[in-house]
Amino acid sequence: MHSFGYRANALLTFSLTALAFICAIASFSDNFSNQNPSAEIQIVNINRFKKQSYGNDEVSLTLDITADLQSLFTWNTKQVFAFVAAEYETPKNSLNQVSLWDAIIPDKEHAKFRVQTSNKYRFIDQGHNLRGKEFNLTLHWHVMPKTGKMFADKIVMPGYSLPDAYK
Amino acid sequence: MGWIGETMDSIKSIKIRQLLTQAVTLGMIVTSALIIWKGLMCVTGTESPVVVVLSGSMEPGFQRGDILFLTMTKEPIRTGEIVVFKIDGRDIPIVHRAIEVHERKTTGAVDVLTKGDNNEVDDIGLYADGQMWLHRHHIMGRAVAFLPYVGWVTIIMTEKPIIKYILIGALGLLVITSKD
Repeated sequence: MHSFGYRANALLTFSLTALAFICAIASFSDNFSNQNPSAEIQIVNINRFKKQSYGNDEVSLTLDITADLQSLFTWNTKQVFAFVAAEYETPKNSLNQVSLWDAIIPDKEHAKFRVQTSNKYRFIDQGHNLRGKEFNLTLHWHVMPKTGKMFADKIVMPGYSLPDAYK
Repeated sequence: MGWIGETMDSIKSIKIRQLLTQAVTLGMIVTSALIIWKGLMCVTGTESPVVVVLSGSMEPGFQRGDILFLTMTKEPIRTGEIVVFKIDGRDIPIVHRAIEVHERKTTGAVDVLTKGDNNEVDDIGLYADGQMWLHRHHIMGRAVAFLPYVGWVTIIMTEKPIIKYILIGALGLLVITSKD
């Protein structure tokens, strides 16, 4: 019972179990953090709004995004992935979600920000339904922990709309 | 010389019983591992409840060697979810984030576009020729939790199979030579 093999085995098993336990507790502690993020998005300009050669509408716009996501960071947070998506309905699709911009926030200091940017990803509809379309802009965030359960949430901001005619 | 024969017989019989017990114990260990794995598959609803991150396309969130826990529920797929999918005709599961979702009113079917956080462009280049969207049957699960570094064991065993054989050989030796 006292050979090297037995001792090594016991040590390895114990350390793995202890590590697993610590990871579980770290993840569980995330449930107790108090989170109140806030955000505001404004459309600064619609740069381009046209119908592509094969029939789909495309929009290019400039957004002004202000957000305070500092309360999402706990000691177990590795990074927060934030993105803004446009959500709207069309006759064929009950829901369309198109991601317009995203950012990786590596720590608490960078979590309060204001950025003015044109859409990082192309906003193309499946069809040509975007004239005069009303849509929501939603700021989603995905908290990626150092270990354990990831969780995500969002703030929905309704009330944006596209112009009635191509530009 | 009769008692030599008797002793030989008793020694042989002990060895056989010991060998059988060891074989049964080994079988029990393997079977319980299998039960746990299949049980996990049932609970999470996906055929691969645990995957290892193989590429750096989701850095800095997921590094190579991390393991991800997946589930697959009937909930609709939405942007921001980290999905694991397989392209038709290719074996390797890919772990990326959904950045665009279009859901049909009539059928509830979805068109999904994905992109790795660390990639410059979306995954259209990864899909099969002529494929513009992923559909629900391509997606094996959603990532809900992760553990860092634990997956390196699997990566090493896959990329240097000799280590796999050494490990299994050593385990086998341990089982045979152990006195319990």
